[in-house]
Amino acid sequence: MKPREYWTCARWFLPVFSGGLIVLAWYAVRILGDIEPYVLPTPGEIIRAAVEERSVLFSAALTTLKGAVLGFLTAALVGFGLALVLAYSRSFRFALYPHVLVVQMFPVIVLAPIFVLWVGPGLPSVARIAFLISFFPVVANATQGLISTDANMVDLFRMANASRLQEMLLLRVPFALPFYLTGLRIAASLAMIGAIAGEFFAGSSAGGTGGLGFMVIIYFAQLKTAALFATGFVACLCGFLFVSTVLGLNWLLLRKWHDSFERTDR
Amino acid sequence: MSIHPHVLIEGLSKRYGDGPSVLHGLDLEVSAGEFVSLIGPSGCGKSTILKLIAGLNPVTAGRLLVRGQAPEVARDRMAFIFQEPTLLPWLTVIRNIEILLRIRKVPRNRCLKIADGMLALVRLNHVRNHYPRQLSGGMKMRVSIARALSLLPELLLLDEPFGALDEMTRDHLNEELLDLRKDQNWTALFVTHSVREAVFLSNRIVVLAANPGRIHEVVEVPLTYPRTNETRDSNAYLRVVSEVSHVLRSVEGQ
Repeated sequence: MKPREYWTCARWFLPVFSGGLIVLAWYAVRILGDIEPYVLPTPGEIIRAAVEERSVLFSAALTTLKGAVLGFLTAALVGFGLALVLAYSRSFRFALYPHVLVVQMFPVIVLAPIFVLWVGPGLPSVARIAFLISFFPVVANATQGLISTDANMVDLFRMANASRLQEMLLLRVPFALPFYLTGLRIAASLAMIGAIAGEFFAGSSAGGTGGLGFMVIIYFAQLKTAALFATGFVACLCGFLFVSTVLGLNWLLLRKWHDSFERTDR
Repeated sequence: MSIHPHVLIEGLSKRYGDGPSVLHGLDLEVSAGEFVSLIGPSGCGKSTILKLIAGLNPVTAGRLLVRGQAPEVARDRMAFIFQEPTLLPWLTVIRNIEILLRIRKVPRNRCLKIADGMLALVRLNHVRNHYPRQLSGGMKMRVSIARALSLLPELLLLDEPFGALDEMTRDHLNEELLDLRKDQNWTALFVTHSVREAVFLSNRIVVLAANPGRIHEVVEVPLTYPRTNETRDSNAYLRVVSEVSHVLRSVEGQ
């Protein structure tokens, strides 16, 4: 086998193989340690629980995704808008950036009840928590991209008497795009975490099924540990889907010109 | 040649903040149509001079006029070629050449026509729709030159544009640059570290000394245009290279 073929196979085989080893070790711990199923269910029990609870978990996942997507999209838009403002002038940066940091540092556990008081439990609060958790990487990355535009390129535009608007739209924004997309990638995973954490503190089943975070509370109260694990895996799956969508957008926008895609092109 | 100098520099000084003088008491006149190279040790302010002429940095003291106007006002008749090609990586070659015209709000059709003409001039039609990362270093620099020339400048400022290229490519691009100049006849101020390059391209070579940057000597190049590869083998060329090298060594020894 040629080295290239070997690595192609290894890329698929090795994670499956190591995954199999983890499952075996899991069974070994459970059986040899004589652990109760409600403490550590086996992978088989988790799959069974996932199948039994499939309709509830599916609806919960949709609810969580709704909150995460709403929070993420708001973060993507508001974060970019704020980055434009921060990049526009150093005075704006000095004035606003510390407050952005404060918002980022503010604990979700404190914010959740405040949002419930302001906008009520359920989606409105959950989406806002997902937004607050995910918007900082968007702002930080996009601002960094906008202000670190190549100095010679900026001079080139100044030589052509470009207006501030032209400089921003034709130069700084495209230059910052890879930075922004990196921020979106981080934000996508944080939005899922934010939505689940939000549901845990501010979730509600009013008007339908609660989200995955809400189901965690229910399953925990019922001591359905296998279903708890299943909820965790569904959340992982949603996170992968979410992040993959952003990666797809990244590929779509950068593959033709950005150096990070050079190898796959050749 | 015009009676008035294209670029007039009198008693020019430049310092950044409270730092030491980068340039001090610089006097230089560049006539229209001249090709003047600036050469000197690192830190002698060669690139700073170009940026001051381009109006990208303010002058600390002295007078600097381009066609009798302040540099910022005369900018629309200048073009700048940087040490790096500074192509926008997200734009194709043709869009890169068009970009400065688009900024100046030249109508779309005319942009495209000029850009295509420039692309033909630098013989890169075959990579029209390529992205910069798909080009070699020499090709990128030719696109950069085409972009600058698309503005039909009267004054071209070149800041060590071929410094990062291998010697053969550099020689080849030197010849291309002079070919392009035959058609457009811009005045050129060219910063370089290469004595051979400076002699091959220029009418005059300004040798600068450092700390602070100042003019040490101006060497006339008594070679006629057109200059070709054969020029590099001529005794006259080699004599000037030797003379400039000698002056440069004396400056670096200071």
